[in-house]
Amino acid sequence: MINNRFFGKRRPDAPRPIPPGQYQEDGFPVLSAGPTPKVDTATWEFTIDIKGSTVASWSWDALNALPQTDIHTDIHCVTKWSKLDTDWCGVTIDTLLKDAGIDPPAGFAMAGCDGGYTTNIPVADIVDGKGMLVHTFDGQPLAPEHGGPVRLLIPHLYLWKSAKWVRNLRFMDQDAPGFWEGYGYHMYGDPWREQRYSND
Amino acid sequence: MSTDTSLDWQIATVTSVHDESPRVKSFRFDLPKENYLSAGQYFDVRLTAPDGYQTRRSYSITSSPESRKSIELAIELIAGGEVSSYFHEVVQPGDKIEVQGPIGGYFTWDPSQTEPILLIAGGTGIAPLVSMLRHRQSSPTKAPTVLMVSARTEPDLLFRKELQLMEEEDLNFDSIVTLTRKMPKNWLIENVRENRRIDLKMIETAINRLGESPSSAYVCGGTGFVESIGNHLLEIGMAYTDILTERFGP
Repeated sequence: MINNRFFGKRRPDAPRPIPPGQYQEDGFPVLSAGPTPKVDTATWEFTIDIKGSTVASWSWDALNALPQTDIHTDIHCVTKWSKLDTDWCGVTIDTLLKDAGIDPPAGFAMAGCDGGYTTNIPVADIVDGKGMLVHTFDGQPLAPEHGGPVRLLIPHLYLWKSAKWVRNLRFMDQDAPGFWEGYGYHMYGDPWREQRYSND
Repeated sequence: MSTDTSLDWQIATVTSVHDESPRVKSFRFDLPKENYLSAGQYFDVRLTAPDGYQTRRSYSITSSPESRKSIELAIELIAGGEVSSYFHEVVQPGDKIEVQGPIGGYFTWDPSQTEPILLIAGGTGIAPLVSMLRHRQSSPTKAPTVLMVSARTEPDLLFRKELQLMEEEDLNFDSIVTLTRKMPKNWLIENVRENRRIDLKMIETAINRLGESPSSAYVCGGTGFVESIGNHLLEIGMAYTDILTERFGP
């Protein structure tokens, strides 16, 4: 439906198209369902679970000792803002799996976080360089309100999939909804297909 | 949990527009179908230019969820905001707007929850909390509730008269209002008024008014506001999952 007297403010300096319904944001908004949890890197641990048992774990120091990967990318939040040209550093899921000597299982993964947040992702969307654990944003330690010390980053999906304060990946044969997916958000969340809510 | 997946776009008709403050207007929309709402949810609005350019934004519902075919959204005029300026400068009663919702099922309150609650709003963050309070007012059971409101100046206080009336009529509802910038003369004469940002001491005062520990706290406002309040609530020992937040702004 056209709003006849609406013209919008398209950015003349936009370097490339952004997904439908999004606007370009220069700031870095914070959207979380709860307060920012206090996370202590001295006791922090990241684990991978398969079939109910923990098959690999890394301390903060162990994570930092792994090969580090830089990524330059755009991010898209379901609340309509997109932030272009962001720089992150961390460890790819490929690197973690290789370090643990695990072949990527088929199926799905559920990310678990401090504070209890969860989100589901197909395994195919976090391997082959598509997903990583990041601890650095724009050259600085990732701020707590943005998910520090460590968040997931899966930039080709809406940002609620890039779980903040991530602590665990649980591999599953069947897909299951995470936190927002259980409240009607899309199971997959592709911003280019505008998969915001369950029936999009 | 919401299992209703009927989130198709609806063409809503604007039925009224009125000023809430110098920067905030309330828009009432008639919806083409009944919607099952919870207090605290929001709607998306989508605007389409004649050349096909589209953009969308989310706005909290301020009306009570009992009204299923008509909703009110509070929209703040943001400098340079393409959607808020269209609403403030162009939209009139009778206009058609595409909306999608209701969205969000976590930051919600139901009147069957009769445990004491603390509502904390910064600026326009009061919008979803007003929906909760309106719902609460029309329900037979009234959870003990304290509302803390922080605004810049007195004219920025939203829904003030209605909230004052609610407070006068209901012994189980109290509020603390604080202005962070300019305060009018005699502002501090009443002991429910403050003139500083919400801090630990003010939250403790609110909890004393509540008479017992809140079973949950709903915090809505700008990012800095919510971050600071969330930290205070964790500090006083509230459980992480009892603190529900909604943040806006960069």
